[in-house]
Amino acid sequence: MAGINMVFAGFGGQGILFTGKVCAYSGLMEEKEVSWLPSYGPEMRGGTANCSVCISDEPIGSPLVLTPDALIAMNIQSYDKFIGAVVPGGVAVVDSTLVDKKTDRDDIKAFYVPATQMANDLQLQGLANIILLGKLLKETGFASMEAVEKALAKCVPPRKQHLLEPNMRAIKAGMEA
Amino acid sequence: MKGNEALGEAALRAGCRHFFGYPITPQTELSAYLSKVMPKVGGTFLQAESEIAAINMVLGAASAGVRAMTSSSSPGISLKCEGISYIAGSDLPCVIVNVQRGGPGLGGIQPSQADYWQATRAPGHGDLHAIVFAPSTVQEMVDIVFRAFDKADEYRMPSMILADGMLGQMMEPVEFPEREVHKVEKPWATNGHKGERKHNIVNSLFLQPQQLEDKVKERFARYDLVKQNEVLAEEYLTEDADIVLVAYGASSRISRSAVNSAREKGIKAGLIRPITLWPFPEKNIQAACKTAKAFLTVEMSMGQMVDDVRLAVNGARPVYFYGRTGGIIPSPAEVLGQIEEISGGVK
Repeated sequence: MAGINMVFAGFGGQGILFTGKVCAYSGLMEEKEVSWLPSYGPEMRGGTANCSVCISDEPIGSPLVLTPDALIAMNIQSYDKFIGAVVPGGVAVVDSTLVDKKTDRDDIKAFYVPATQMANDLQLQGLANIILLGKLLKETGFASMEAVEKALAKCVPPRKQHLLEPNMRAIKAGMEA
Repeated sequence: MKGNEALGEAALRAGCRHFFGYPITPQTELSAYLSKVMPKVGGTFLQAESEIAAINMVLGAASAGVRAMTSSSSPGISLKCEGISYIAGSDLPCVIVNVQRGGPGLGGIQPSQADYWQATRAPGHGDLHAIVFAPSTVQEMVDIVFRAFDKADEYRMPSMILADGMLGQMMEPVEFPEREVHKVEKPWATNGHKGERKHNIVNSLFLQPQQLEDKVKERFARYDLVKQNEVLAEEYLTEDADIVLVAYGASSRISRSAVNSAREKGIKAGLIRPITLWPFPEKNIQAACKTAKAFLTVEMSMGQMVDDVRLAVNGARPVYFYGRTGGIIPSPAEVLGQIEEISGGVK
């Protein structure tokens, strides 16, 4: 894998930026070149949030991803905005609890995971984002499982380390979804 | 680490213990970071009542001989211009960070490079310059903070770090190598000696024209040394390039991606990335004229640095421009399109 460019998009508060950060750190754990670029400003405050993450063997040019190899969409607005931009052959992982649409594109691999519903059913409230990351991990292999676990340990704040275990369960649930 | 935070941490490691700022998107994380860390190392972090107050506090701190810094984004830098002029007129070293956003006026909050003219031509009124650095990665931001403080001290003039919202907000891996903080003797500092030595005066007011002209000329002699010794640029695939792109900061990263794509298509493209914007790397541009058939300047503005490229090329080759403004970041595909168009024309 020479590199993968990803977009994570949804509402502010769904953990979109955090998900991207875990993904970027996973690349860092494997000593790849990585970048993480958030949307910022008024759209962060209750509106839509998104971030671009690049993992590459080469120095990263533009950290702004306009045509992602992989997309996580957690609301309709994000789905509408980015689904057409996914490169042919790319991967889209959609939270189907929140997005009741399916793409008619047959040149991308789209996966519909009811992540918000699963999070509720599995007592993993608030971890729909990580469930989707698990699915993305399985479908793209952006990093190794070990790297993702290390990245989570790094990104979960020290005083919240007890949340590491449910995060790992969420990754696994996503991989099996 | 975010670019803004990296700037803050690097300033601490470069021995800066006095920071004065006023919040503005997209540079606020820099102030926020230093507000947490500065008190722990016994430094002064002060959120001033305005940008103007902050730059004048920098003037005061710098007069006392300490390493001082302020940061802001485009509209805030306009407010600081008066203070920057006084700092230059008083021959004081300091570091000013501009994490550029769209303008003019309040403009927008998304990344931009439309303050190039302000930074390189008129960071304040009067005959003056600041050394202007343009990092393009979070790691380079760190390295440049050290250099900016060192060069400001060495030449007794303000250094400006001209970043943009993209570099400030993005996270990249960063290392902080152990570095020695260069101590520069500042015998001119007004730092209090209880009357045991002749008192120093820091001042920018010279009512006698001859005295003022002498002062300014002495300063410009130092500027000449800066021009001779402190130009920095990075070249990428320029040795055999038919089309040489010139871009700094965020747009240099996009241009580099476009150069790679052009090479894959068999177009010999290269990139000159100025790291200092003032002094401008005109010799690199002139040297590139030997092989280059055309230049393409890429900026997140309506075309500002392109003036310096044209001055350096001096009519020897065509100089094209491509830019997006208002907070829009050009895509590598757009830049590649421009390269292809020019390549079709020059073949």
